[in-house]
Amino acid sequence: MTTTTEMPTPIETFRMEVRNWLEANCPTSMRQPIKSEKDLYWGGRNGTFANEDQKAWFEAMYEKGWIVPHWPKEYGGGGLGKEENKIVLQEMARLGCRKPITSFGIWMLGPALLKFGSEEQKRHYLPEITAGKIRWCQGYSEPNAGSDLASLATSAVDMGDHYVVNGQKVWTSYADNADWIFCLVRTNKEAKHGGISFLLIDMATQGVSTSPIKLISGKSPFCETFFDNVKVPKENLVGELNRGWTIAKYLLTHEREMIGGIGETDVKKPLHQVAIESLGTENGTLNDPILRPDIARWSIDKMAYDITIKRTMDEVKAGQSLGAASSFFKYYGTELNKAKYELMLAMGGYNGAAWEGEEFNYGQLARQFCRTKGNSIEGGTSEVQLNIVAKRILGLPSK
Amino acid sequence: MALILNEEQQMLKTSAKEFLKERAPVEALRKLRDERSETGFDRQMWNEMAEMGWACLTISESYGGLDFGYVGLGQILEETGRTLTASPLISNVLLGTTAINLAASNTQKEALLPIIAEGKMLVTLALDESTRHNPIQINTTASKEGDSYVLNGKKVMVLDGHVTDKFVVAAKTENGVSLFLVDAKSDGISIQRVIMMDSRNSATVQFENVKISASSLLGEEGQGAATIEKILDIARIGLSAEMVGSMTEAFERTVAYLKERKQFGVPIGSFQALQHRAAQMFCEIELCKSLVLKSLQAIDANEENLPILASMTKAKVSETLQLVSNEGVQMFGGIGMTDDEEIGFFLKRARVAQQTFGDANYHIDRFAKLSGY
Repeated sequence: MTTTTEMPTPIETFRMEVRNWLEANCPTSMRQPIKSEKDLYWGGRNGTFANEDQKAWFEAMYEKGWIVPHWPKEYGGGGLGKEENKIVLQEMARLGCRKPITSFGIWMLGPALLKFGSEEQKRHYLPEITAGKIRWCQGYSEPNAGSDLASLATSAVDMGDHYVVNGQKVWTSYADNADWIFCLVRTNKEAKHGGISFLLIDMATQGVSTSPIKLISGKSPFCETFFDNVKVPKENLVGELNRGWTIAKYLLTHEREMIGGIGETDVKKPLHQVAIESLGTENGTLNDPILRPDIARWSIDKMAYDITIKRTMDEVKAGQSLGAASSFFKYYGTELNKAKYELMLAMGGYNGAAWEGEEFNYGQLARQFCRTKGNSIEGGTSEVQLNIVAKRILGLPSK
Repeated sequence: MALILNEEQQMLKTSAKEFLKERAPVEALRKLRDERSETGFDRQMWNEMAEMGWACLTISESYGGLDFGYVGLGQILEETGRTLTASPLISNVLLGTTAINLAASNTQKEALLPIIAEGKMLVTLALDESTRHNPIQINTTASKEGDSYVLNGKKVMVLDGHVTDKFVVAAKTENGVSLFLVDAKSDGISIQRVIMMDSRNSATVQFENVKISASSLLGEEGQGAATIEKILDIARIGLSAEMVGSMTEAFERTVAYLKERKQFGVPIGSFQALQHRAAQMFCEIELCKSLVLKSLQAIDANEENLPILASMTKAKVSETLQLVSNEGVQMFGGIGMTDDEEIGFFLKRARVAQQTFGDANYHIDRFAKLSGY
């Protein structure tokens, strides 16, 4: 019998190192599932840690460079390659590690700056994001520019050495807690898409104010943000003047993919398991014969959707293009999530109707249900996504 | 496993597409229908298919086959769905050959598979007995008399049963359900051809005191039920591949028509009411394609969750094909109601394929049962 001694590949060695480091540095309490908003650390000028473990975990990850493992080191990242980055994320998921920080800077602005920002902007803003020093929010929609985002009117007027910004943004997530805002502004009234620029604004500047919007879920994660003669330095422009729509589209695609995957994380238990527990079975068949096929249909669609995401990723790896697939995923994923909560509410019966009270988990189901209605509105409505599929994938004509 | 085709599978798909476009477009089905073809498919074309190896893709090399697997067969079936090609691929390859692969003894395989591989023998499954797919309900009996069995009963929806050489018959024996390989020319068998809505053929087959030898038993006596489920699951997935081809073709034709047909001075495809319905169909079709590929791979990998995958796939594909075939006719408008326009052929094939091996309701119920509710 012959034996072969297999040397671990460098990548396997790296995985073991990551695993050992995480085991040693991630506090046990930071490996528990997120229960409430308080469990999230957002950073920023006024950011506070909920407890010592949260602080220790953030600082350890920051020292290691793994707040954003794949950003270049000179921009505050870990400088890891694609494969290594994936391993860090996989090992974190394996241990159940929480994200050390929740950040629109990492999620949204970062990718845009990396692609469109100047060298100076990257060196200035990105390290502030990974250090958790600055909390960002997004200023896209306006009262009269929702689905028709490119009709936005908030203006930035060239005053020689600076711009003066006037107007109003809505649906700015957590603007009341943010330090800076990345905005789409109008720099040319003559051209619609070609008159939009991408501008970074310090919210501490005089003339910026915010006001929270109370939603049907009872919560206020969104704000209105007002700009009244706000002076913004010219170097805060990202990319070329009047070319901001390209950046906006890039970010919207990014956002759609994230929202499309929204159903992944919130309710871990499979829907039919919830059904079995809340409705019960008799002779192995669900007690509600009308809901039963609805639940089965939903489950089939959900699995088919997940398999389709995998197929699309495999096709991308094999060099076939993604195209307008993000619109398809955004549309289908959000509609599935809404349908799930309709079923959950139907199964919940009177419990699903409760809004308050400890025995009803403070109306969490009803509130989550309300929140899902926004899934097919934010980031481009379902109708807008269908327009994109019809025009860009199917090539159907405009009038 | 990556959800993409390998190079060989892609090549097979491309060559199938070219062959079928040339030899068996929808026009060929119309011709078979109008000429009231005796077989219901083109024998010469079937010989050519067999020469290309389509009859033996799933037969092992030791019995003269290619051992190419079901992902490959699925690509051919998908292309036949695009052209609505009538052939013994479903009856003989998906059902008959699968039954022999799964249940036959080595001796039986040696006797049968090399001939089947060459396309020179047709075998189909005689299973259903009631008006809807119900493989559990079997009243046909095979009673043992000495060294042989005597078959009595009536089978319906026996695909290509009017031209087959052999039947695989499911019948009740003393201790359960058993499978028998029965020669179609045996005494006591009467076959009534049924021309279906989609211009394909099935048969109602009556067995009256048909005497068969013990050597025609496929697998062990009384152990047929599990084999039947496996044959059916493979056939459900294979048929779903064909249905995905049909829905893709019907959809592409419909989208092309939306761009071409003008009313109120503009292409009707510029109307949002139609655009959104087309976009929604696109999404559903994408889901179907994923399910079919995943399920075909699961057959080749002999995965344990095949029953649940088969039911998911057949349910989703059946509902989507119903939607796409209905919308096709609706969006073609008046012209879609005419026999001249081919979109109607897709509607008719859709309804037959939906019922075959269980419709969406059957499989949604089965999916729920298999999932424990």
